[in-house]
Amino acid sequence: MRIQVKVNGTAFESDVEPRLLLVHYLRDVLDLTGTHIGCETSLCGACTVLVNGHAVKSCTLLAVQANGAEITTIEGLASDGKLHPLQQGFWEEHGLQCGFCTPGMILAAHQLLSRNPHPTEAEIRKGLEGNLCRCTGYQHIVKAVQYAAEKAATGGQ
Amino acid sequence: MATKYLGERIKRKEDPRLIQGRGHYVDDLKLGGMAHLAFARSPHAHARIKSIDAGAAVATPGVLAVYTGEELKGQVGFVPCAAGLEGLKIPDHPCLATGTVHYLGEPVAAVVATSRYGARDAAEKIEVDYEPLPAVLDMEKALVKGSPRVHEHLTDNTAFVAKLEAGDWNAVRQDASLKVIKQRLINQRLAPASMETRGVVASYSPGEDTLTVWSSTQIPHILKTQLAIMSKLDEARCRVITPEVGGGFGSKLNVYGEEGVACFASRKLGRPVKWIEGRRENMLATIHGRDQINDLEIYAKPDGKVAGFRCRILASMGAYHQLLTPAIPTLTALMILGAYDIKNVFVETVGVFTNEMSTDAYRGAGRPEATYIIERAMDLVAFELKMDPVEVRRKNFPSSGKDISMATGVVYDTANYEKPLKKALRLAGYNRLRKEQERLRKKGKYLGIGVSTYVEICAMGPSSRMPGGGWESGTVRVEPTGKVTVLSGTSPHGQGEETTFAQIVAEQLGVSFDDVTVYHGDTSVVPMGIGTFGSRTTAVGGSAIYYASERIKKKMAKFAAARLGVKPGELLFRDGKIETSDGAKSVPFGSIVVDAYSAKTLPAGVEPGLFEQFVFEPPNYTYPFGAHIAVVEIDEETGEVRLRDYFAVDDCGRILNPLLVDGQIHGGLAQGIGQALWEEHVYDESGQLLTGTFMDYALPKAGCFPWFHTANTETRTPVNPLGVKGVGEAGTIGSTPAVVNAVVDALRPLGVRHVDMPLKPEKIWKLMKGNAGDGGR
Repeated sequence: MRIQVKVNGTAFESDVEPRLLLVHYLRDVLDLTGTHIGCETSLCGACTVLVNGHAVKSCTLLAVQANGAEITTIEGLASDGKLHPLQQGFWEEHGLQCGFCTPGMILAAHQLLSRNPHPTEAEIRKGLEGNLCRCTGYQHIVKAVQYAAEKAATGGQ
Repeated sequence: MATKYLGERIKRKEDPRLIQGRGHYVDDLKLGGMAHLAFARSPHAHARIKSIDAGAAVATPGVLAVYTGEELKGQVGFVPCAAGLEGLKIPDHPCLATGTVHYLGEPVAAVVATSRYGARDAAEKIEVDYEPLPAVLDMEKALVKGSPRVHEHLTDNTAFVAKLEAGDWNAVRQDASLKVIKQRLINQRLAPASMETRGVVASYSPGEDTLTVWSSTQIPHILKTQLAIMSKLDEARCRVITPEVGGGFGSKLNVYGEEGVACFASRKLGRPVKWIEGRRENMLATIHGRDQINDLEIYAKPDGKVAGFRCRILASMGAYHQLLTPAIPTLTALMILGAYDIKNVFVETVGVFTNEMSTDAYRGAGRPEATYIIERAMDLVAFELKMDPVEVRRKNFPSSGKDISMATGVVYDTANYEKPLKKALRLAGYNRLRKEQERLRKKGKYLGIGVSTYVEICAMGPSSRMPGGGWESGTVRVEPTGKVTVLSGTSPHGQGEETTFAQIVAEQLGVSFDDVTVYHGDTSVVPMGIGTFGSRTTAVGGSAIYYASERIKKKMAKFAAARLGVKPGELLFRDGKIETSDGAKSVPFGSIVVDAYSAKTLPAGVEPGLFEQFVFEPPNYTYPFGAHIAVVEIDEETGEVRLRDYFAVDDCGRILNPLLVDGQIHGGLAQGIGQALWEEHVYDESGQLLTGTFMDYALPKAGCFPWFHTANTETRTPVNPLGVKGVGEAGTIGSTPAVVNAVVDALRPLGVRHVDMPLKPEKIWKLMKGNAGDGGR
């Protein structure tokens, strides 16, 4: 089937198998390997990307379902060589160890902050419940999101 | 003042690529002509393979080959076990089952196809006719004479029996003043569940006769040796590369059959072959952790001092041994006395075969079990003697100092257990909490306070005690431009040693942190190594790098001394200069580098160039310690445990980067608390896994935890030049008993003295309703 998508600002048109998962389309067809696969059942969130601004688990969405959509992956988050405040926050606060869950975690946090720019600690923890991390115990991830919220509030971006 | 790097909160070098999606994990690798591998796995825990019909799979377009165990016979060696124990039975462990399957998920056939989806489709078309056999799942039943056997050719299901005994047991038994406390503890089976599953790309080049393997592993050099042996290849023609590794926690400290099959397929087909494990496969067929039954006998004096300690450990091996399976419970025996000076000890460890996935190293690997046993024991003494658990611990601490000999035969490098305990009690407001508990109890509310004062064994380790050696290599190379390259035989996968090692070398050589680049995980780049596990990377690998830098300094000082007309011993390396301590005479670091490489004037006996290697052999393990306090509330309606507060004071020796130390502790706590409250791998009576997905296996989420209050004390170890002990496993080891002790403490008004993990609401609710069921009291 023929699909058209815009990924990180670039338009793509591809012929895909109807059963091709969006995550495999991004990784294998477009070579955007920053989006990871952790469970294949939308439970871990490693494959989270933004589809029309919403955080979506790309391992349980077919590429054909994303036809016509605008997609942002981790590769598209920094602009003009400048890290997004969330990326800065994860770096500053040691919000990652192995880094495998990080792209999905950052994009889930992106949606969280777009809906609630000043979340409490409890709201951050609740907002990230769809994304699993086995390394950090989440505390530095919470700090990273707080850092980004603060940065946005003070006009960091 | 020279720029200081050690002890500073420094952001990681690893992060810029990882936060932008530019790191490369094994599944991100694409090679020309790459084929994909998938496995057909056993749906039974124990069954005879009557026939395999691969016809439909072979006929599927895009399928390049289908292999079964019969075809691998004589071509691919067995999956290796490195543990050496007296009398250990090591059953043959083929990469693909032959004749009989011994656990659910055991690989039976392999399919190679041109596409990922195609390989999986074809694997499902493989028809295997099985004759189910009785499955052995209960360790105690497995040991009963006449039990069905996991391996029919073995006489029974006992893999090994090991005994550790010290002291005067006649005297203990005759002492009528001692209170004997008995208890059974179950340490449940867990899933390591790194977020990245296993994965491998094997690429054999027929022309060059070389095999290159990219594997998500913690031990590239050991894997290279073992794959060469399994594949019957010249090891000098094999190379293992470790790309980014998305977590391991011990589960990738192994050599797996699937890796052997990938190498075989690539050689047969003459093209690269990729295998990426699915999550369900990961839950079934990547090693599991823990799974012990512990029967304790504590002999306590009326004042709380423990005179004798006995324990029988039943440890599930699973069906086969993986790399270190039988060695794990022996660490439990070794560390069973924890932080307590107990003179009389007896431990019998029985390794038991069951029709389950192999157990092996999972974060802590045998030591969390030991700490759980002894820390629960201290609370049992407190319960029986109606003492405060802190008092019981203090009664049993050895005196502080160095080289503390334990009855188990180990010698603790340093001990000062009162120090972190005092700090933790102050941090938590222990006395205030006890008063609050008293008030709440009067209102029928359940508040529990749990303490654990753990000791762990780290920095693995002295080669005399390690199956394949415990040394580590470090290489420091100053490039002709003055930039510094560091090579380590360790294989960090999230711990952050690209940063820590650069801190060590930058401070040693007086160069900028940004000018140091660390490489690891490529056997053709790094001369030799052991890997990352057992909280050894910084303590052992970092020490090798420290000494390699010393060698560089020694050499550079000779060049500089000749230039400055001073003695080499008078020179200091700081801020890009080599100078006398008063700063009166100095020469830029870079000009000495040029001297060393241009080699026009060589000091006597000095070779040109600046690349030095050091292999560090640790004289002892290190024994980090700490005190953890958990505060829990239990909902009296539902039995749900709420972890209200957590305080962790850890002494991991000298702290090189507090940011990274905190990160290691947090992650460890999450896994240790996860075991106490939620995590549990469950097989049913027929050997089916009931917890094969993240829907059923309760991996903790962000909302599960309170803010962790962490602090440290710093008692440097004399075992290595850096004074560091290791911190990768401390959080996991200390936290599990602290949480369980807190929950049992909360239930004390009900007369409950023990509850087995995980402490799920249903179990607690039944206890509160007076229905203990299994695992209560």
